[in-house]
Amino acid sequence: MVDLTSSAVGDLQLRNITKRFADFVAVDDLTLTIPKGSFFALLGPSGCGKTTTLRMIAGLEEPTSGSIHIGDTDITHTKPYQRPVNTVFQNYALFPHLTIFENVAFGLRRRGMKDVDEAVTKVLALVELGHLKDRKPGQLSGGQQQRIAVARAIVNRPALLLLDEPLGALDLKLRRQMQIELKWIQTEVGITFVHVTHDQEEAMTMADTIAVMNKGKIEQMGSPVELYENPKTVFVANFLGQSNLIEATVQTNSGAETSVDIHGSRILLPSSRNTSSKSKVLVGVRPEKINIQTEGSSAGKNSLSGGVVTDISFVGVSTQYQVEMPWKQEIMVFEQNDGGAPNIRKGDQVTLSWEPHFTFALDSES
Amino acid sequence: MSRWFSRNLIRIYAVLALIYLFIPVGYTMAFSFNDAGKRNINWQGFTLDNWKNPCGAPDICVALGNSLKIGFLSTLVATILGTMIAFALGRYKFRGRSSTNLLIFLPMATPEIVMGASLLAMFVNLNVNTGFWTTVIAHIMFCISFVVVTVKARVASLDPKLEEAARDLYANEYQTFRRVTFPLVLPGIAAAALLAFSLSFDDFIITNFNSGTITTFPKFVWISSIRGVPAQANVIGTAMFLIALFIVIAGQLIGSAKAKRKS
Repeated sequence: MVDLTSSAVGDLQLRNITKRFADFVAVDDLTLTIPKGSFFALLGPSGCGKTTTLRMIAGLEEPTSGSIHIGDTDITHTKPYQRPVNTVFQNYALFPHLTIFENVAFGLRRRGMKDVDEAVTKVLALVELGHLKDRKPGQLSGGQQQRIAVARAIVNRPALLLLDEPLGALDLKLRRQMQIELKWIQTEVGITFVHVTHDQEEAMTMADTIAVMNKGKIEQMGSPVELYENPKTVFVANFLGQSNLIEATVQTNSGAETSVDIHGSRILLPSSRNTSSKSKVLVGVRPEKINIQTEGSSAGKNSLSGGVVTDISFVGVSTQYQVEMPWKQEIMVFEQNDGGAPNIRKGDQVTLSWEPHFTFALDSES
Repeated sequence: MSRWFSRNLIRIYAVLALIYLFIPVGYTMAFSFNDAGKRNINWQGFTLDNWKNPCGAPDICVALGNSLKIGFLSTLVATILGTMIAFALGRYKFRGRSSTNLLIFLPMATPEIVMGASLLAMFVNLNVNTGFWTTVIAHIMFCISFVVVTVKARVASLDPKLEEAARDLYANEYQTFRRVTFPLVLPGIAAAALLAFSLSFDDFIITNFNSGTITTFPKFVWISSIRGVPAQANVIGTAMFLIALFIVIAGQLIGSAKAKRKS
């Protein structure tokens, strides 16, 4: 039996991968390197091509063009069972006719391992489900099945573990718990994890590096903090958290600071955070960075006045205000409920202000 | 009184319906103990002789043996061929799949008398002497459709992700089939085989056209009914019924035991 597990080590590389289904291009000329040992997330809305990418890495789909490498080994056309890659499927795909023990032992046995007891026992202990080894998958709860699916994959010590929306079927509380657990397992076993999800919070909690995918292409790649603080496209700004994006005209962009005009107000931002070279830009600021004050109070450096509060919702840790600006755009503002919350009611005239370094600017068309 | 009646109406109806269904079976069972000799029509008195000597009537066990042989052979072949067709239809997209689906269904909708007669015409035209093997061929033919329909339902309910998971876990195409697909479809195949066997064992019309001088059990009963069916036929019929009943009850018990262990 062909076994690449020992020979293929190193970074995963996708080189100019394209996948076409009839007229539909699911993945469009994708090039990507995932460093060995990292926790990598492919984040995007449904239909963006992230699952297709994952299936091509697993070998369950063949790319229309391009190649896939692990280290120096080209695995583009190898069969799924010849790749040192294992997958945790979306609905776990545990074998219903086999016991938990046999489910976990499945990969080891197929590779001709005779004595699987020790390895299986060890990995079941890792996911803390050793006592369930004689049960059938149907007798386990969703969270337990999820952990078995992870155990069944990592027991094979693959070079790469693929996770296809692994937490999608769990409720919120369990999902949080599993996020922490998966992250811990990843550090424990040191295998490269490639995690596909549409849940930005999940990606940010777990991954070292996130690639945001849209329409078969990668929009932006980086650490969670980088993506959140410096979104490079409108899509990323809106997909990771919420952003207020306001149309503006660049006035001066000499030196370290760029000055733009928003409906008559002058707004400053660091030139390094302006990713556009055009004169018409979209100026962005995150809702939690904005201060909300009643009209006429002293404001910070960047401020927009004349807003009217149209909606207030209290969500526990923060209060969310919806403010309608004179040019009929709604702007979101989050204020921490730390005692210093201003006394603002619906219908009040307010001024919004924030520090210039929280501001970024994007190309308006993308 | 009338309130009691209206409250128990459904129960009364159910009991009557069941009585209606089981009167022939009960009659068959009772008359297997009839001390009737060759004409088992009027009740002559209770005896165990028929049960002690089920092969007592001339040729009855030859006919039974033929039926069992034909049943096993045609079940085996029809189950193998039908299962392969079911996988092809359930798993792969190919030109003519939907018309194949329709064609597979047609033999079930065709009157048996028509199929039996045309098969005989075909055998005569091909100069084939009808007998044991023509009967087997005929039985395989009408059993395949039922096997395909039964197994296909099972294949359709199988999650393709399970096979992907197997391939992902180092199982090649053969191992995936052997370890995952086949065990999961097996209950459907078993049900299809039981159905095929009972269809074959039971068949009279098509058999009567295509079996030549070979006598099967249904044919034996039909032929002897002209002079009077021997009580041994009731014994064999009752035994078949009890065996089927035993299999069903055993299946139910195993199933509920499994369900109990689960909870």
